[in-house]
Amino acid sequence: MRLRHALLLAALALPGITAPAGAQDLSGTLKKVKDTGAITIGYRDSSVPFSYLDGNQKPVGYAYEICLKVAEAVKAHLKLTTMEVKLNPVTSATRIPLIANGTIDLECGSTTNNPDRQKQAAFTNTHFLTATRYVAKKEKGLDKTDDLKGRAVVSTSGTTNIRQINEINTARSLGMRILPAKDHAEAFLMVETGRADAFVMDDVLLASLVAGSKTPDAYAISSEAQSRPEPYGIMLRKDDAPFKAVVDAATAALYKSPEGKALYETWFTQAIPPRGINLKLPMSEAMQKALANPSDSPDPAAY
Amino acid sequence: MFAHFDFSVIGASLPYLFGQGMVFTVTLTALAATGGIVFGTALAMMRLSGIPGVTHAAKVYVELMRSLPLVLVIFWFYFLVPYIGAWATGSATPIQVGAFSSALITFTLFEAAYFAEIMRAGIQSIPKGQTAAASALGMSYAQTMRLVVLPQAFRNMLPLLLTQTIVLFQDTSLVYVLSLTDFLGAASKVAQRDGRLVEMYLFAALVYFAVCFTASLLVRRLQTRVAIIR
Amino acid sequence: MNYTWNWGIFQEPSPEGVGTYADMLLSGLSWTIATALASWVIAFTLGSVIGVLRTLPSRAANAVGTAYVELFRNVPLLVQMFLWYFVLPEILPAGLGTAVKQLPDAPFYTAVLCLGFFTASRVAEQVRAGIQSLPRGQRMAGTALGFTTAQTYRHVLLPNAYRIILPPLTSEFLNNLKNTSVALTIGLLELTARARSMQEFSFQVFEAFTAATLLYLVLNLVVVAGATLLERTVAVPGGR
Repeated sequence: MRLRHALLLAALALPGITAPAGAQDLSGTLKKVKDTGAITIGYRDSSVPFSYLDGNQKPVGYAYEICLKVAEAVKAHLKLTTMEVKLNPVTSATRIPLIANGTIDLECGSTTNNPDRQKQAAFTNTHFLTATRYVAKKEKGLDKTDDLKGRAVVSTSGTTNIRQINEINTARSLGMRILPAKDHAEAFLMVETGRADAFVMDDVLLASLVAGSKTPDAYAISSEAQSRPEPYGIMLRKDDAPFKAVVDAATAALYKSPEGKALYETWFTQAIPPRGINLKLPMSEAMQKALANPSDSPDPAAY
Repeated sequence: MFAHFDFSVIGASLPYLFGQGMVFTVTLTALAATGGIVFGTALAMMRLSGIPGVTHAAKVYVELMRSLPLVLVIFWFYFLVPYIGAWATGSATPIQVGAFSSALITFTLFEAAYFAEIMRAGIQSIPKGQTAAASALGMSYAQTMRLVVLPQAFRNMLPLLLTQTIVLFQDTSLVYVLSLTDFLGAASKVAQRDGRLVEMYLFAALVYFAVCFTASLLVRRLQTRVAIIR
Repeated sequence: MNYTWNWGIFQEPSPEGVGTYADMLLSGLSWTIATALASWVIAFTLGSVIGVLRTLPSRAANAVGTAYVELFRNVPLLVQMFLWYFVLPEILPAGLGTAVKQLPDAPFYTAVLCLGFFTASRVAEQVRAGIQSLPRGQRMAGTALGFTTAQTYRHVLLPNAYRIILPPLTSEFLNNLKNTSVALTIGLLELTARARSMQEFSFQVFEAFTAATLLYLVLNLVVVAGATLLERTVAVPGGR
C-alpha cells in the first residue's frame, strides 16, 4: 500500500523531470540543493566494496560511485553550472538521524531496504542483493545452519542478521550462544581469535572480510543461506517524492546501461584499492534481473 | 597469533594517523579546553552568584552534564545541533553543521561542567578577607573578580585544569563512534579496512600513553612552580 | 523535522523474540548496574591498596603505586577495553587463553576487570590525597600509642581519610557507572548498547536515546541520595 502510494506520487512528479525546473516549483531536497549549490553524500568508512576509504583516505566504492552519478543527474536536472558534492562519514547508528536532520542527502553504503526502515527513510532502486550466511574457520568443518548447534556465534549488533539468527535459534532450538559485536571487523576478529565459532552476516560483507584477512584460505562461507536474498538500497529522506523521482530515474538508467554492469565488474570481480584484493563475486542471476528491472521493493520475493 | 603480527600497516598509514588524526585530536582538545574553561568559569561564577534563579540554572546544567555518559551526550549533540542552530538563526530548515564544529560544541559544553567545578573550588579557595579588602578599596564586583579573585583562582587551579585537559584529550577518542577521524578514529578506520585491529590498537595505546604521561609529568613540574606559598 | 515520532514503540515486541523494547532497555539497565557494582568492588579495594602504597614510608612501594596510577590513567578507557578483550587472551598461555575466550558472558567479566583496574587508579589518587590531607600529628599519635604502621592505617588514618574523601569517591562511583557505557565496544549489552540496537532495529532513534538518558538520570539521583545518606550515617558525632 505504502509502496503503491510512493509510486503514484513519483508518477505524478514525473513531468517535473522532463520539464525545466523553475525555482518556484521546487521543494525539499531539490530546493535545498538549488539554493545552497551543494549536495551532501553520506559514506561508510569500512563497508568494502560498497563505500569505504582507500589508501589516500578518500571514499570509494560501488555504492559511492552510484551516488556520484546520482549527484550528476541532480545537477543536470536543476540545470546548475556548478554544484559542490560534500562528503560526510556515517555509521550504522548515525545514518538515519543524519538523513532526517538534513546533514546528508544520500546515504551510500550497504543499507538493507526493509519495511520497518521505510517508516523513517526512503530507498531508491536496489543496487545489490545479499543473503545472510556465516563464515567459520575451515578446520571446524561447519557448512549448514544446523552445524551451528550449541556453538558460539557472533553477529554485528543492530543488524538484520543478528535478528534473523536469533529467530532461527529460537525456532529450531539450536542452543547457540549469540554474541553481539560492535562492528564487522571486530566480529570477524572474534572468529579469528577463537572467541566465536562463526560470524553471521551478509554474504558479500563476509567475502570482503575473508579476502582482506591475513589468511583468506583458512575461512569458508556456509553454502546454506540463513535468509532469502535481501535488497540493498541508497537511502533518501522520506516524503520527498520529487527528489526520489530524480534519483530513481538516474539509478534506473544507470543500472540498465552497460555502464551499470561495468561498475559491478570493477568492484566485485577485479582487484580493488587499497590493497588489490579481489572479491571474485561474479554477478548472480537474481542480481542481473534486479539491474535489468530496477525496483525499490523491500520484499525479497520481488527479486 | 602474536607470531604473525603485521605491523607494516602502521608504517604505511603514519601520515594519515598523525597528519590528519592527531591534528584533529589536538585541535579539538585545545579549542574545547579553551572554550570549556571560559564557559566553565562563567558557570562557576553563576553558581556562586547567590542570585536564586541563576545559581539554580548553573547547578542543574552542571549536574545534568555530569550524570550522563559522554557517548550519549555526543550522540545527542550530533543530531540536535542542526536544529538548535536553526532555532538560533531563525531558519526554517536545519542548518548544516560540520562534524568538527559539532564535536567542538559538544566537548566545549560537556567539559565546561567539569571545568566549572574546578573553578568553583578555585574561587572558593580565595580567603573571604580578600574580597572584603577589595570592596573596602571601592572595587566593583567585576573589578574584584577580574583583578583579585580570578587571577589567583586560575593560578591555584592551573594544575587541575591541565589535568582535566589531559582527560579531555583522552575523551576525544570517543568521537570515533560518530566515525569522525580523530587519532583513534583514523587508527580504527585503517584497522577495520585492513583487518589489523590488534596491531593498530596496541600502537594507539602506546601513543596515547606517551603523550599523556609526558603531559602529566610536565603538569607536576608546573605544580611545584606555580604553587602559592602561604 | 522529517521524523515520525512513535512513543508507543516501547510496548512493541523487540525483534529478538522475547519481550518488548522496554524489556530490552531494562535488561540493559540491569547489566549496567551489575557491571558498575562489580567493577566498583575491584576499584575500591585495589584503589585503596595502591593509594596506601603511595603514602607508605617506602620508596619501592611509592614507585609501584605511581607506576600503576600513571599506566592506567594515561591510556583512554576505550583502548584499554579493547586490549583486555582482544589482546590479553593472546598473551596468556594457550590453554588458559582459550578457556578465557570460551567463558560465557566474557564481555561482562572483561568489562568488570577493565573498569575495576581503570577506576582503581582514580580511587588511589583520592585515597592518597585523603591520607595526605590528615594532620601529620595523627600518624605520630599512632606511633606514640605503639601501633605498627598497619595498625596506624587501619585504626587511625584510613577511617579518617575515607570520611574526608567520601564526596569525591561518590563522583568516582558515578564516573564508573557512566563508563560502563564504553563496554558497548566489546559487546556488553548494557543500557547505551541496548538503546543503540533498539534504534537500529526500529529506527526510532530519538525515543531510544531519550529513554536511556532518563534512566541514567534516575540512576544518578539514586546514587547521589544514597551517598548523602551514607555521609550522614558515618559522620563522626560532633566532629568538624
